[in-house]
Amino acid sequence: MSTSESAHPVSHPANGKGDHSLAMDCSINEVYYGTAKAVRDTKLPVQKNAITAFIGPSGCGKSTVLRCLNRMNDLIRGFRLEGSVTFQGNDIYGPKVDPVAVRRYIGMVFQQPNPFAISIFNNVAFGLRLNNFKGDRAAKVEHALKSAALWDEVKDKLSQSALALSGGQQQRLCIARAIATEPEVLLLDEPCSALDPVATRQIEELMKELKARFTIAIVTHNLQQAQRVADKTGFLYVDTSEGARTGYLVEFGDTKQIFDEPKAKETQQYIRGEFG
Amino acid sequence: MTSQAAKAKAEVELDPFVGVDFSNLELSLRRPRTFVSMLFTAITIAMTLCALVPLFSVLLLLLWRGGRKLSIAAFTQLPPVPLEQGGGFGNAILGTVVICALALLISLPFGILSAIHLAQATPDNRLANSVRFVGKVLSGFPSILAGVFAYGVVVMATGGYSAVAGAVALSILMLPTILLTAEDAIRMVPPSMKEAAVGMGATETQTVWMVLLPTAAPRILTGIMLAIARAAGETAPLLFTALFSNYWLIWHGHVKLLQPTASLAVLIYNFAGMPFANQVELAWAAALVLVIMVLITNLIGQSLANRQVQ
Repeated sequence: MSTSESAHPVSHPANGKGDHSLAMDCSINEVYYGTAKAVRDTKLPVQKNAITAFIGPSGCGKSTVLRCLNRMNDLIRGFRLEGSVTFQGNDIYGPKVDPVAVRRYIGMVFQQPNPFAISIFNNVAFGLRLNNFKGDRAAKVEHALKSAALWDEVKDKLSQSALALSGGQQQRLCIARAIATEPEVLLLDEPCSALDPVATRQIEELMKELKARFTIAIVTHNLQQAQRVADKTGFLYVDTSEGARTGYLVEFGDTKQIFDEPKAKETQQYIRGEFG
Repeated sequence: MTSQAAKAKAEVELDPFVGVDFSNLELSLRRPRTFVSMLFTAITIAMTLCALVPLFSVLLLLLWRGGRKLSIAAFTQLPPVPLEQGGGFGNAILGTVVICALALLISLPFGILSAIHLAQATPDNRLANSVRFVGKVLSGFPSILAGVFAYGVVVMATGGYSAVAGAVALSILMLPTILLTAEDAIRMVPPSMKEAAVGMGATETQTVWMVLLPTAAPRILTGIMLAIARAAGETAPLLFTALFSNYWLIWHGHVKLLQPTASLAVLIYNFAGMPFANQVELAWAAALVLVIMVLITNLIGQSLANRQVQ
């Protein structure tokens, strides 16, 4: 465990198995929606108990890449992935794999807070019910809400509708709902873009606490946010040379390196705010 | 280095690496919820196929029994008298088209304009709420009552069965479909579009005509097509109102809208029960033609709705 921070080569798909510091290894050659190539050449490791951020301009495919990590894209007609995404050394796009089971261990929180129109308690207990959890639900729910830093605000109104909460509270509820089943990895797709600065700050603090227990990958269009929370950062950019818009990974590394001494010209320009 | 050490320590305390056994990610029917899901999927597919059986058997029967009698004569000639051979139901096709067109002419202005009012009304608008409620009740209205109503109001007043009376009866059946689908269509226009128009200083009427109606048009047309398709197949309301005729609705340039008028539905009703083989065969052919007309109307409605999506 003491060597968990040692450097890993960016592309080294074979070292996933047995390497306890690597939660996932994303090795995307090409992603298609129908005939449109959405993403190409995006290979990066997702370190365990760390926060990996994806940054880049709109349409660069950072959300697509994130959604490849738990097979959410399977819901989109015409989606096709060439390459592999390994989770603890095994390809989640393998022929025997059940996407439903993948999503149970690799949870997701979306851009818009999307609590169900049921009580706060039942929202958090939703995943437990899905998996027919027989133990003490109340304890699990309390634990998840505490982990999401929401318990003190909602403990007296657990039976009230989740829709009555504020946007920031709803998003933390969604995080509580995602972690109640104790997944290994948590994917956050621009989780703060619909929130005000105070709520954003709360979510960021929460992410830093949660990474002790979960592996986190986050898409953000807020550079400062990536700088504040992420351990590793990947910069994606759009290639329009073939007439289509295809995203690809330009650079991946420690967040400090990406922001302080980016290697690629595109990264430098983007970090300096020369284009959005 | 200190933070690394602290992190490593925290990891050990909070979450010693457990990992997930990869077999948990494999598709397995031994997992109860996976099995239930598969079973449920299989049941939905089986039920879908079962639901298609009556539909396709009716269509096949119609093609088989009705297809034989289809000819140019069927479309151009008048219905035969008993024991006469040949003949057709051209006047009934024309009658159905004219009665439906008249019914649409009556129900369209009421339907669309009140749909605009309903869609723009606030939730506490009592007039709109009661109209919407009545519309919903009316959409489940037994069609024969529409016929009785038109008989009482139009046939009694004008002194005879007529295409106009039939159209009034059908328009009562079309109105709720047009009203409710048009209201839904207008409500589905994104509020941001409405705000864009209002924000540029458009009046309410301008907003409706220049933004809401054009945007909602494909869906509204779909509703209209569905209403026509439903009305074209109605028999009961026409029995009391348009009745039937063995002659053309339009003769030597005169359109006789106040005379009894033939329609496909009533022709099928009349001929199917006759003890003459020729008439029964014509009824089958007329049924096939009616189904094809309704099908085409529905297909047009569908393609209009699909154009909206693109």
